[in-house]
Amino acid sequence: MSAPSPVELDEPEVDDLVAPSTPWVTIVWNDPVNLMSYVTFVFQKYFGYSKKKSEKLMMEVHNDGKSAVSSGSREEMERDVQAMHEYGLWATLEKQD
Amino acid sequence: MGGFSYHRRSKQIIATFSGFEADLLRSLASQLVELLRNEVAAPAESDDPLEALLDFSGPTTEPEDPVLKRLFPSAYGDDEEAAGEFRRFTEGGLRDGKARAASTIIDALEEAGLPPELDEDGLVIDVELSIADAEAWMRSFTDIRLALATRLGVEEGDEDFWDSLPEDDPAGQVYGIYQWVGILQETIVDALWAAS
Repeated sequence: MSAPSPVELDEPEVDDLVAPSTPWVTIVWNDPVNLMSYVTFVFQKYFGYSKKKSEKLMMEVHNDGKSAVSSGSREEMERDVQAMHEYGLWATLEKQD
Repeated sequence: MGGFSYHRRSKQIIATFSGFEADLLRSLASQLVELLRNEVAAPAESDDPLEALLDFSGPTTEPEDPVLKRLFPSAYGDDEEAAGEFRRFTEGGLRDGKARAASTIIDALEEAGLPPELDEDGLVIDVELSIADAEAWMRSFTDIRLALATRLGVEEGDEDFWDSLPEDDPAGQVYGIYQWVGILQETIVDALWAAS
């Protein structure tokens, strides 16, 4: 075991790919099968959103056919899409306009 | 048939099924497990044991079966290469998770007394689920409903069509089962709200 040696820290580098504008979004699409209460439950459970916000997003999916439910880095959005597929929701990710 | 409810004292989510209902649920869950394991998620078996052990890759193209296509949709609408990469890293795990959730249904029903072959009348199956198991049932009900709806061709707002089918129409009967699983799912979601 070695003692931790002081590490000289470089100036933090700003990665061009992870711009602060969070350029990727997770889209959940409407389908004729999933129940409104279930979709609301999933948004609250997985994203930790309030019931009110979860219901608003669910209604967007229902009425507009789709809703952007989260945004962040591409890797984060891939995780969210994977989780939505785990719950049986139809989700995709795309670059934000 | 009242579906699921949250039992405060035991902190369990409980439901009572007839033997027929329990047997039907087991059959639906079993069919789902079979489908998930049927069309193999790994692309090809290798003769080299080391290579086989090191092979983490999954499929990169969409499944052919429409149900599997719906359960594992393309993650990128307009980028086939990225969709393939995503699928390679996720589909195997997603399949396992969904098969495990369906197995939770089968195991709980059998632990509650559902025999391998249902051969007695008047059997009553009382199911008591932990919150985690109830969530697995809830997710699996989604998969079962997606599977039934895809096979039937259910579309938005077509309830009248299904209701108009004669009682002995097999598609109408399957639609009835689809609706029944929907009611069960609705009550399990309510019970999970009550528990949270």
